[in-house]
Amino acid sequence: MDANLINPFINATTNVLLTMAFVQCKVGKPYLKKDDKAKGDVTGVIGLTGESNGTIAVTFDQGSILKIVSNMFGEEMTELNHEVADAVGELVNMISGQARRELEELGRLFHAAIPTVISGRGHCVTHYTDGPKIAIPFTTEGGSFIIEVCLEA
Amino acid sequence: MNNAIKILVVDDFATMRRIMKNILKQLGYTNIGEADDGTTALEEMKKTTYDLIISDWNMPKMTGLDLLKTVRSDPVYREVPFLMVTAEAQKQNVIEAVQAGVSNYVVKPFTAEAIAEKLDKILD
Repeated sequence: MDANLINPFINATTNVLLTMAFVQCKVGKPYLKKDDKAKGDVTGVIGLTGESNGTIAVTFDQGSILKIVSNMFGEEMTELNHEVADAVGELVNMISGQARRELEELGRLFHAAIPTVISGRGHCVTHYTDGPKIAIPFTTEGGSFIIEVCLEA
Repeated sequence: MNNAIKILVVDDFATMRRIMKNILKQLGYTNIGEADDGTTALEEMKKTTYDLIISDWNMPKMTGLDLLKTVRSDPVYREVPFLMVTAEAQKQNVIEAVQAGVSNYVVKPFTAEAIAEKLDKILD
């Protein structure tokens, strides 16, 4: 997959978390994900259409998402409840929006659907297309999370 | 700036309504209503007359853009300031919102300072 399609998602993620949750994150090395198993506790998924069809999924472990949402709300969140799930959906929505703006500047126009959220240890992340799944790991003070970008070739 | 004004916050995500209400309270606005999409916003606006509407764009049933168009065709709300807060900032979206009569536009993610600046421009 073209690296120019991946970088906007990395930039959007770091900016969204810094602006909305004051959380710094460190980007790891992207890799090709082979299975559907989520590497965390809660995932937000959003469908993309346009330049090509695909999905973005962001999977957070409990530590990372509780810290992020606590900072967003200005109060401590201690469990993965519906409020945290709602926040994951909005985070994915914002990441998608900002990444699509950067992609538009590169002449690549994408549209997004409304996000869905899946939670539970060992849940699966199903992408709607069969393109390669590029996984980008991130670490934060509270824990880790992974973005998966899957676009039709 | 009149902090007693009534503000309606419209967003399908409770998270964003909560964040926006927190920011508005920090800025001294305490008279805040909320709705989770355009249709519930219109119902809320019949019950209470609002002085400012802050709305998301992408929502089920009725989008923020359709809400804006409906508001601008309503004699009661035609002149009411309407701030669009959205992840959608592609050029065509901005053009559509301006043509529909939006008062100002904030792109997510945003800071409290960005909201304060937009409100100052709209309300002064």
